[in-house]
Amino acid sequence: MDSIDGLILGFSHALTLTNLGWALLGCFLGTAIGVLPGLGPALTIALLLPITFSVSATGAFILFCGVFYGAMYGGSTTSILLNTPGESGSIITALEGSKMARNGRAGPALATAAIGSFVAGTVGTLGIAFLGPIVVELALKLGPAEYFSLMILCFVTVSAVLGSSALRGLASLFLGLLLGLVGIDNQTGQARLTFGIPELLDGVNVVLVAVALFAVGETLYLAWRWAETKAVVMPVGRLMLSKEDWKRSIGPWLRGAGLGFPFGVLPAGGTEMPTMLSYYAERKLVDPKYAHEFGTTGAIEGVAGPEAANNAAAAGVLVPMLTLGLPTSATAAIMLSAFQSYGIQPGPLLFTTQADLVWTLIASLFIANVMLVVLNLPLVGLWVRILKIPTPQLYAGILVFATIGTYGISNSVIDLVLLYIIGIVAMFMRRFDFPTAPVVIGMILGPMAEQAMRQALTISQGDWSTFVTRPVSVSILGLAAAALIGPRLYEMLGRRAAR
Amino acid sequence: MRGRVYGPDLGAGLFVLLLGALALWQAAAIQSSPLYAQVGPRAVPYGVAACLALIGAGLVVVALRGGWSSEMEEVVQAPPTAWRSLAYLAAGLIANVALIEWLGFVLAATVQFVLVCAAFGSRALLRDLGIGLAVTVSAYLFFARVLGVSIGAGILEGIL
Repeated sequence: MDSIDGLILGFSHALTLTNLGWALLGCFLGTAIGVLPGLGPALTIALLLPITFSVSATGAFILFCGVFYGAMYGGSTTSILLNTPGESGSIITALEGSKMARNGRAGPALATAAIGSFVAGTVGTLGIAFLGPIVVELALKLGPAEYFSLMILCFVTVSAVLGSSALRGLASLFLGLLLGLVGIDNQTGQARLTFGIPELLDGVNVVLVAVALFAVGETLYLAWRWAETKAVVMPVGRLMLSKEDWKRSIGPWLRGAGLGFPFGVLPAGGTEMPTMLSYYAERKLVDPKYAHEFGTTGAIEGVAGPEAANNAAAAGVLVPMLTLGLPTSATAAIMLSAFQSYGIQPGPLLFTTQADLVWTLIASLFIANVMLVVLNLPLVGLWVRILKIPTPQLYAGILVFATIGTYGISNSVIDLVLLYIIGIVAMFMRRFDFPTAPVVIGMILGPMAEQAMRQALTISQGDWSTFVTRPVSVSILGLAAAALIGPRLYEMLGRRAAR
Repeated sequence: MRGRVYGPDLGAGLFVLLLGALALWQAAAIQSSPLYAQVGPRAVPYGVAACLALIGAGLVVVALRGGWSSEMEEVVQAPPTAWRSLAYLAAGLIANVALIEWLGFVLAATVQFVLVCAAFGSRALLRDLGIGLAVTVSAYLFFARVLGVSIGAGILEGIL
């Protein structure tokens, strides 16, 4: 099915009242949690996973994608008005955005962020619709050996390339892989890494780990370093963009979108890199007339570009997720586990076996984008009010949802204890600068990688060289090795040259 | 600080090393039958455990050579440990675990809510109690009725 037919099919499903309702609910919820510091889309979708038992796959995924896109919109509101970026992708937005807010230009900053997110989200979603089938075409030619190599590449990029230290990133990844191994081996039926505890035979629940990492760990860390501070929310003012603002924003929006999408598609994931690049690009390209605004009164280009890059990269992450079944962010990993709980095997076959679902999802992304830009600007007063929820009640509430999300899985106190233990580990991970996303990605992708590896070895009759004798597989592994060693080598040579 | 052992980082590295060793021990305990000739259930756990132990050893070496976190801005500028907050929070978590089977989710989580509020400096006990009850009841109704999650029985759950 080509993209145009797919989109027509998708829109015919997505425009039903029920599905529009799911999209609206998702967008609303996503924006709210994006606005709230300390809550992210990965945690929210993890808590909403029980919905997969009672709602059709289409409805659930429309909801999840609404949350995913909505959180991106909401995050910018917090970084502009509060100068505390909710997630890594909005750090750059906070730079210029908060300065604009301090100079009474919060309204235009919010408006350019929202419209820029809309432009980039639309460009990114078009990218998914037209690039997706092409990637699928290629992916269908890959065997288990190539898949395994791809997953290795994915592991390397999400843990060792992003973040401040490869060693700590890999430690997080392997912790996730270890957690993913706990339970019964699905090929031989042997219990693995269960320490003889019968409760662990079913494995460690992904929701539990995600909630522990993103909610409990975060709350514990905050309590550890608690010092009363009063956050100041800047007044919004008028939301209008002047003619001049429009003229200054359009270029950065399009450049940001163009920059962000490819970064999202690559298995490197991550929104820090494209937002940072967009920021530097806009700083260089800005009309000299306004150059002095950067870093002083706040330049609108510095909000428009990175915000667009952030959203386009977020959209790009859905390409490897939907076409290859490879999650490159924690949110994508949780969505992948939602596919599994419907018994849907993510991967290139998704576009053929679940064509209705995939195209409805893509169409819903377009709809969500329209809803979000409409929802965001007029309702900004509501988001500001959400922003003013005091910290004590906010974190107390987050822990209530953490409890219900975990206890609801099995009604077992052991799960709650496990939740708090992993939460304590997460608190120390935060203290020692270990990234948390690789844990979730490793936990979900690990078992899939093991299966691909064992399939490949069964085909090759136990010959390990299959991974390095197949040309595609060996090139991917080469890329992974380069991504792992390259930066280190570069640094070492640089240091030697400096001597 | 280069060249001096940094204790906290050493602890973190040793923890990862220990985790790897623990995993190696558990991997060795997996029963493998020769029937599954190609790759048995043991290979990947062994590999993952060995890598984790190696990474832990690497972190220990880094810590012995000065560590990584002693100069991090977030660590240097961090306020001192807020023991009072941590104690309240821990009390909240423990109360939740201890009470949830006995009193049910709504009441246990409300107790936790109040204690967590106190951990972050809230002193309006009655107001927090009211908000907590409202939050837990609506969370219960949403998860149990809308999402169809079973959250067990309890005193208030019976009435709702």
